[in-house]
Parts: sequence; structure tokens; C-alpha cells
Amino acid sequence: MSFLRAGGPGSGRLAGYRGLAPVRPPVGGSSGIRFGGSPLRPRGLRQWAMAKDSPLRHVDWVLLIAVLALALIGTLLVWSATQPELAQAGLNPRTYLEKQLLNVVIGLLLMVAASLVNYRQLRLCTPLVYIAACLGLLVVLSPLGTTVNGAHSWISLPGGFQIEPSEFAKIGMILMLALILGDLRDRVPRPGPRELALALGAGAVPLVLVVLQPDLGVTILLLVLMVGVISLSGLRLRWLAGLGVAGVLGGLAAWSMHLLKPYQVQRLTAFVNPSADPRGTGYSAAQAKIAIGSGRMFGQGLFHGQLVAGNFVPEQHTDFIFSVAGEELGFVGSITIIALLAIVLVRALRIAARADDMFGLLAASGIAIWFGVQSFINIGMTIGITPVTGLPLPFVSYGGSAMFADMLAIGVLLAIHRRHRVFD
Amino acid sequence: MIPAARRRLLVVYVLVAALLIALGGRLWYLQVMTGVSYASAAAQDQTRTVIVPPVRGRILDDVGTPLVNNKTALVVSVNRALVAQQSDGGPSELHRLAKLLNMNYNLLQERIRLCGPTVSQPCWQGSPYQPIPVDQQASDTVALQIMESQRQFPGVTAQVQPVIHYQQPYGTAAAQMIGYLQPITPQEVAQRHLPVTGFSGVDLVGQAGLEEEYDRELRGIAGQQVLSVNAAGEVTTIHHQTPAVPGDTLVTSINAQLQQITQNDLQQAILKAQAEGNPGATTGAAVVMTTRGRVLALASYPTYNPSIWTGGISTREFRDLFGTAHGEPILDRATQGEYAPGSTWKITSTAAALAHGFAPAGPYGCPGAVSVAGHVFNNWTSSNLGPMSLHEALVMSCDTVFYQIAYQMWLRDKPRADVTADPHAPVQWMQKMELAFGFGRSTGIDLPEESPGTVPTRQWLYYYWKQYKDYWCKHGRQFGGYIQQIEYDDCQSGYVWTPGQAVNASIGQGYVTVTPLQLARAYAALANGGTLYTPRIGEALLSPSGKLVSRITPPVAGHLPVPQWAQAYIKAALIDVVTQGTAAGAFAGFPLSKLQIAAKTGTAEVAGGQATSVFASFAPASNPKYVVVVMVPKSGEGADVSAPCARQIWDSIYGLEGHKAVFPGGQAPRKLPSIAGNGAIVAPPGYAGSV
Repeated sequence: MSFLRAGGPGSGRLAGYRGLAPVRPPVGGSSGIRFGGSPLRPRGLRQWAMAKDSPLRHVDWVLLIAVLALALIGTLLVWSATQPELAQAGLNPRTYLEKQLLNVVIGLLLMVAASLVNYRQLRLCTPLVYIAACLGLLVVLSPLGTTVNGAHSWISLPGGFQIEPSEFAKIGMILMLALILGDLRDRVPRPGPRELALALGAGAVPLVLVVLQPDLGVTILLLVLMVGVISLSGLRLRWLAGLGVAGVLGGLAAWSMHLLKPYQVQRLTAFVNPSADPRGTGYSAAQAKIAIGSGRMFGQGLFHGQLVAGNFVPEQHTDFIFSVAGEELGFVGSITIIALLAIVLVRALRIAARADDMFGLLAASGIAIWFGVQSFINIGMTIGITPVTGLPLPFVSYGGSAMFADMLAIGVLLAIHRRHRVFD
Repeated sequence: MIPAARRRLLVVYVLVAALLIALGGRLWYLQVMTGVSYASAAAQDQTRTVIVPPVRGRILDDVGTPLVNNKTALVVSVNRALVAQQSDGGPSELHRLAKLLNMNYNLLQERIRLCGPTVSQPCWQGSPYQPIPVDQQASDTVALQIMESQRQFPGVTAQVQPVIHYQQPYGTAAAQMIGYLQPITPQEVAQRHLPVTGFSGVDLVGQAGLEEEYDRELRGIAGQQVLSVNAAGEVTTIHHQTPAVPGDTLVTSINAQLQQITQNDLQQAILKAQAEGNPGATTGAAVVMTTRGRVLALASYPTYNPSIWTGGISTREFRDLFGTAHGEPILDRATQGEYAPGSTWKITSTAAALAHGFAPAGPYGCPGAVSVAGHVFNNWTSSNLGPMSLHEALVMSCDTVFYQIAYQMWLRDKPRADVTADPHAPVQWMQKMELAFGFGRSTGIDLPEESPGTVPTRQWLYYYWKQYKDYWCKHGRQFGGYIQQIEYDDCQSGYVWTPGQAVNASIGQGYVTVTPLQLARAYAALANGGTLYTPRIGEALLSPSGKLVSRITPPVAGHLPVPQWAQAYIKAALIDVVTQGTAAGAFAGFPLSKLQIAAKTGTAEVAGGQATSVFASFAPASNPKYVVVVMVPKSGEGADVSAPCARQIWDSIYGLEGHKAVFPGGQAPRKLPSIAGNGAIVAPPGYAGSV
């Protein structure tokens, strides 16, 4: 027994951490008070970490652990999904594992960096992120853009790297909308037509660029994000209603003017009856459903999925990663992933609710809507309740750009969280 | 403003919760409630059951020389369904493939098109979903190119497969007897209850000859493989399998060398007859068998190279094979050719005469012609040969002796039976004897196709009349031309067995026809003391490891109703045919002291053409072992064409007159060839197989 206890009192907890962070009384005014200057002031690292104003003590550990758990599960699933085919081709079966590990590490670094940015810097950065993302989307449309798996949404970089700017467009648009709608001048109580017009304009630019790619999934997501953030901004209900009517009319116009390509309409409708077209659009959906269903309660076990090994579900390491979870980890494993995602969403919404200004609230809730809608569409398409679109599962799917953007967003959440912590 | 926004955040909470609950509920439904059905769907997804074709058994001769062999070859197959999925429907890929295989594009197209009501050979008779073999002699380089560039050749495979190989020259010499293989048709699958190979495209079935007759034994038993496959349909692992069981090897009593010699001698005889002014002599047959019913050689002219069936037959080859322009080489004339036997028939007439109390010694007059019932019937010579015995009548082949006997017999043989048209009228005496010699019905040899020949019994005549009565009645005129008068008579009483018909039939003409094989087994029955055998080509079936599965012995079909003394009387006459009779010229200089041959010549006159040359013989006369029969239609007299051909065959069997003996000491092997552990074939001791 004594041997088992060798871990001592420190095991399982960070040294010095005593559970809930102490509630600190507000210091200073309701706004404009900056926190602590540069976080990396030259004190001892230990002292810095221990200090009452240390960023570490204001980290939302529940959120962070849930994200890390998702990234870990995702990495294992990517490994399992790619190793049989790589091994069969005589390649290193850990190629994708190693790449995804690198993606996670880079993503975590980006997250830490973003979390350390203060509000002022964040506000300053927002237009830059937004403009950079929009420029990236423009480049995609230029001859520099490349097509991967039928989606023309990538930029090839020297050295074999590829970037998917639409991933960064999501966070860029959320922050930009939060900035426009949340950082009101003249102390007006709520955004007015001017802000609405600005917000619509700021949303429309990446939206149009994504439509031109064309990327159906991201288009839907950006639309939902726009509607969500604008709705939350405190805009008068009549303006929202007007926006709704305009949206419906716009949608009808898009339909009647054939702005949607036939294959996009087909994709949107195929999920209703995927078996009608087993080799076409519905094939992936049907195969994913079979894979997930065959996992039953406890799954075939990690690395033991027969359909995974046979590569039956196309894109099983990226967009259809959830089918690997379904087959190999069963209901228990899949519901765990959904629970972890729920934790992320609830913590993000909690951060939004506790944000002390509109910018923080809108940014955090925008991120929550992003992850929520994207997860729903992604998991939904593998189990046949949403159309098949090219949206990855946050933190779980293989891919650098998505991982970086997701982690950046978590960093932003942590930054917002740290900010309101001061006033809690 | 913040509180208002926070209130609206509540809506987001609720929406997120709803979405997550929807996902969880759906997962519960998929994985827990209906997971079983998805699990079985997944199992179906991952496995494919394929039938593994068995290796077909070989066909060997009596010393183990393969007539039909198996060899492994690289077979290039085309899967129509996959090729058709190309964006242009396949032509560009097929052009590439044709270039790679160095094959004419049109030929490739022909080989993979599907047979149909308007599409005739060459075409694919099998399932459209089976890969179709287009090249069975692909080189390693070609196969590698196909396998390595599957992107360029989707649906094209190159696999090592066992293919049928016809050992030459024996394959050609025995083409009709061996038969051929063709892809199985759905009807045959249903008829023969065979599992179909959806995998290799080598699911062939014997369509004629020994390949068809022994198809069940040669075919073996197909195996089954349950394979795990990936989404691309590529095999990842073998789940479980039952191996295919190779087919049995058929050992025949055919001697490959003798078969080839017989075929060759027959061809020479026909070509010689042609050269001597008989352009109609284009076909013929020869049979060599033991007196116990085992077939040693079965030659049919013209013949063909059976290799044309492998890998798809071309239109021209198909037309040549089945068309009359080239003499229908597909026909086995030894068993399917029906020819008038001529005087070789007289052994049955003599036997009938002796059995019905005609005195052997006679004497019987042999004038140049006799008049029977108002018609004049001529002998082969116009001079009167004087009174003679039946012995001399056979030796000299005197037709008029047999005309008179036939007429006498007609007078005594229930002529009342001819008054009414009756399908159950009794069989005439002479025709009853002919039936007892095995004529007028299939011999029952182990080949799928055989002609029965014709013995004009009253019953046969009745049905013949029924069949043609309407035509005769329509065209016949009582006071018309010669033919019209005959037709008028036939219309009125065509079922009546007239004296003229009896007279004609007694010398193997008129309605009488026989197959060369029937003639051979009738002479075998006379030679062996009266036992009529059902001929057999197959001698034994050996398992792939060489174990004896079953022996095949010619069954006894009946016994001649001819007393032994009468048989001996006829045999003695047949010996004199060679020494001093009609065959003496053909056998001048033959070492009869070494090999005494008994034989009968036949020259069957056919209306409007040259006679059929017939020769039937057995030897050694004292203890007959073998029978040789040669029939060459439209070539002339029996002694001129068929007898010299038979002499050559006898020379080869016994090694006479400078020929090399096929059988050491003139004895066909009594023991079977065996199969050694490594699959090699070992000839019976004392015999040399020629592989």
C-alpha cells in the first residue's frame, strides 16, 4: 500500500493550487482598468506562476482539460484511422500521428499566446486577424489556391504545407463582429442601424469569398455565426425581424437564381435519403452510419475497427473522424466526446455570460456558437441527421489550420476569462 | 445592455443543449437500439465470397501421354462492368490495352462483346459481371505493366491461372473426340447444378466430346474463399476458405501415337483418292478398337486444331469450324457420320441366312443380274461366276447370291405384315439380325453425340412413310415421270416392305446406313466370339494424387444370335477375302504369315455420285485382338481406298512392312499409366510415353 501512495499529496493536482481561485474584490472602475501590464515581468518563474495575478491562476482549467482531452482522443483516432492504410502502402504508419501531434503542440502554443494577449491588444489585433483572413480567402481564389479532396479552399505553401484560410476566417469574423457590435462609442445602449450595416458588411466580405470557393459548410456556419452574434448584440427585435425577412427573401433569390450549384443542392437533399444513392453523395453518410452503428455499446476497441481498417468511410481521419470513434469506441466513447464538447460549450457560454463588456460576451458566445454548430453539423452528418459538408470536428479531426484556429479561439476565451476574473 | 444580452445568451444555452441532446439520442438509437443490424451490414460490407475454380483434370492416352493438359499461364481478363465506367465508356482504355497486348482492337472488342440473339461467335457467353479472358499467353512484362498501372487499366487484371493446353499434334488428331470447353451459360448452371465462379472467368464447361462426357469428373469441385475487402474492393485478408478440389484425370484407351498415325493415314488415303480423280472424296473416318470394345483410335477427316477455342474463337475460325465450306470439321465422322456399309454388311446377311436354315454350301447361283419382283438387280460384275457356297459368296462378294437369299427370305418372312400400315409390325428376319449386330441404334460410346444409323425395319419404314407421305402424295403422279411414279407408289404404300427393298438392304445399300464405329463393334463382336460391347474410350479415372478412382470397362450390350459354327464359317470366309478375295490385291505382299487379317471390303453405291469405300477388318485372325474400320465416302471401291489405308494402320500397330510398332509385340498396354508424387505421369512398364 505504501508503495501505491508513493505519489504523495501532490499527485493529481498542481502544486500549490487549492481548488477554486480566490474571489478578488474589484479594484478600480467598471472599465478601462488594465490588468497587470506585461505578464512576463522578470520575476522568478515560480513566483510568477504563484502570484495572485498570475495568468495560471485565472485559467479556466475545466475548459482547458476538456480541450486537451478532445485533442488527445482526436489524435488517437487519427492514428487509428490512418495507420492501416499507411502500413499497407509500406509507409510509416505513424506519419499522421506525428503530424497531428505537431499540430496540437503548435495549436497549444498559439492558444497560450492568445490567452496572454490583453484586451487592448486583442481589440487592436482583431482588424488585423480579420483582414489577414479575408486576404487569405482572396488568395485562395487566385491561382495560388489549390484543391484538396474537391474543395478549392487551400493555399499551398513551400515545403508541402497547406493553409485553409476559411478556418481563420471564422475566428476573424467573430472577433470583427464582436468589435463592431460590442465596442460601442458614445455610450449608446444598443447597436443601431449604423452598427448593423457595418456588421453586415464585415460579415458579407468573408461570406461572399467563401461562397465563391465554393464551400457550403463554411458558408452555412458563417451565416449562423452572423445571425447569432447580431442577435446577441442587443439589437432591437424589430431590426432582427427585418433581418430575418431579408434573409428569407435572399435565400429564395439564391434558389431561384441558381446561385447554389446542383451538387450543393444534391448534397443538401441527399442526407434526407442517403440510401437512394449509395455510391454518390450519400455513400459516405451511409458508410459512416454503418460504421457507427456497428460499434454498438462499447465499440470494437481502438485500432480494431474493421471498417476503419478497410477505409470504408471516405475522409475518415478528417471530416468523418467521428465514425472512427463510433465504430472503435462505441456509444460510450462517442457520448464521451459529445460530453467533452458540451463542457467546452458550457464553459465558453459561461465565460460569455461573465464577460464584463459586450465585446467579450459577443466574442465568447460567438466562439461557443461556432464550436456548437460546427460540432453538430459534423457529428450530425456521420449519423445521418445533417447534410454532408466539409466541416471538421473541432479539436478531433486531423488538420493543422483547423487545430490552430480552434486553439486560437480557446486562447481568446481564456483571455476573456482572465479579464473578467479580475472583477469577479 | 449586458443583462439583455445575457438573457439572449440563455436562448443559446437552450439551443446548444437541444443540439447535443439530439446528437446523443440519435447515437443511442444507432448504436444501442439498432446496432445489431448495422453490425451485420458492416460484416457484409467487409467480406466478399468468391468461388475458386478448381484445376481441371487432364486427359491421358493409354501410356500416359496427355491429350489435354493443364498449364499455368498469365491470363489477362477484362471486367466489362468496370471498363464501362470509364468516362468515355471504355474505348480509350481498350485501345491502350489492345496496343499493350499487341492485339487487333476489333478482335479485342469481339472477344468481350456479349453473345445475344443478333451477336454470334466470337462473343462472351458467360456472365457480363465475370472478367473475360482476352489473352491467355500474356508475357510477364505485359502482366507487370497491367498490374503496376491499374490507374490506366481499371478493370483489367493479369493473373496466373491454369489454362487448358492441347498437346500437339495429338490435340488436332483427336480434336472431335476430345471436344472443347466454353464459358458456362446460365442454362448449364441450372442444368448441372454448378457453383459459378464470379472471380476468374475460367468457369468453363465441356461442350462436346470427352470434355462434355466426363465434365463432372474432370471439373473437380470449386472452392470458396471469404475475403475481407476494403472500400476500394481490394482484398486485405482471407477470412476463411475451403480449397478447390482438382478434377480427376481421365485415362483413355486411346493411343496418342496410333491416333495420330490413323488420322494421318486417313488423310493420305483421302488425298490420294482426290488425286486419282475423285474430287468428292473430302471426308472420312477410321476406327481402331479392341475386340473387347476399347477404342484405340478414332479418326475423323477433316479435323481442326482445338487450340482455337482457348482465349476466344474468331468469327472466321467459327465459320470454318461449323460451316460446310470446309467440310464441317466440328463433326466426328467416326461416330456421327452415317454411310452405306456396302458389302461389309454381308456378314449380317450371311448370319441371318445361316440362322434361318440356308445351307452354307448352297450351291447358290451367281449370275450377272437377277430379276426380283419385276425389277432387275445387277451384280458388281456382269459375268456369271457360277454356282458357289456362302463362303465363296463372301469371298467374291457376289451380290446376286444375297439378292436371291433376301428375296427367298422375304417370301417366307410374314409378308402379310406388309399389307397394313402398322407401327408395331414384326421386324423382318434379316433386319432382326442387323439389329442384333448393334446397327440401327446408338452404340452408347462415352461421347455425347452419336448417330444411330438406319436399319430399315417395318417400323422404321412406317414412320418414314408417315413423315414424307404428304410430300410424296403432293408430287407423285401415277402416269408421270419416273420419279413421279415412284413418289406416287410411295404415297400409296410407302410403308410396305417390298422385295426390292429387301434385296437392296441385303448388300448394305438402299436405306441402310451405319456409322464407322457401329461397323467396328459389329466386326469386333464377330471376332471375339459373339459378344457385342458398348465401346468405351475412357479406361480409368485417377485422382490428382494418382489414386485409382474408378475403372471403366466396356459394358456388354448383347450377344450375337449366331451359332458358333456359323460365326467360325463367316470368319473363315473373311480370312479368304484377304488371301484370295476382293482384298487380295490391296494386301498383295503383306506378311500374312506374321499377321493373318480377316476382312471384308465394301463399295456402297450412292445415287448420283462416287461410291463409299469401306473396309472392315480384324486380326490376328486366329485370336482376334483388334478391329480396324475405314470409311471414305465418294472415293471409289473399298479395295482401292479404304483397304490400303487399313493396311497402313495394321502395319503401324504390329510394326510390319518397315513401320515402327506402336505397341511392343502388338500388345496394347494392360496396365494403366500412373501419376508420381510430383504429378509427373509414368507410362506402364514396358511402354514409353511420349510427352
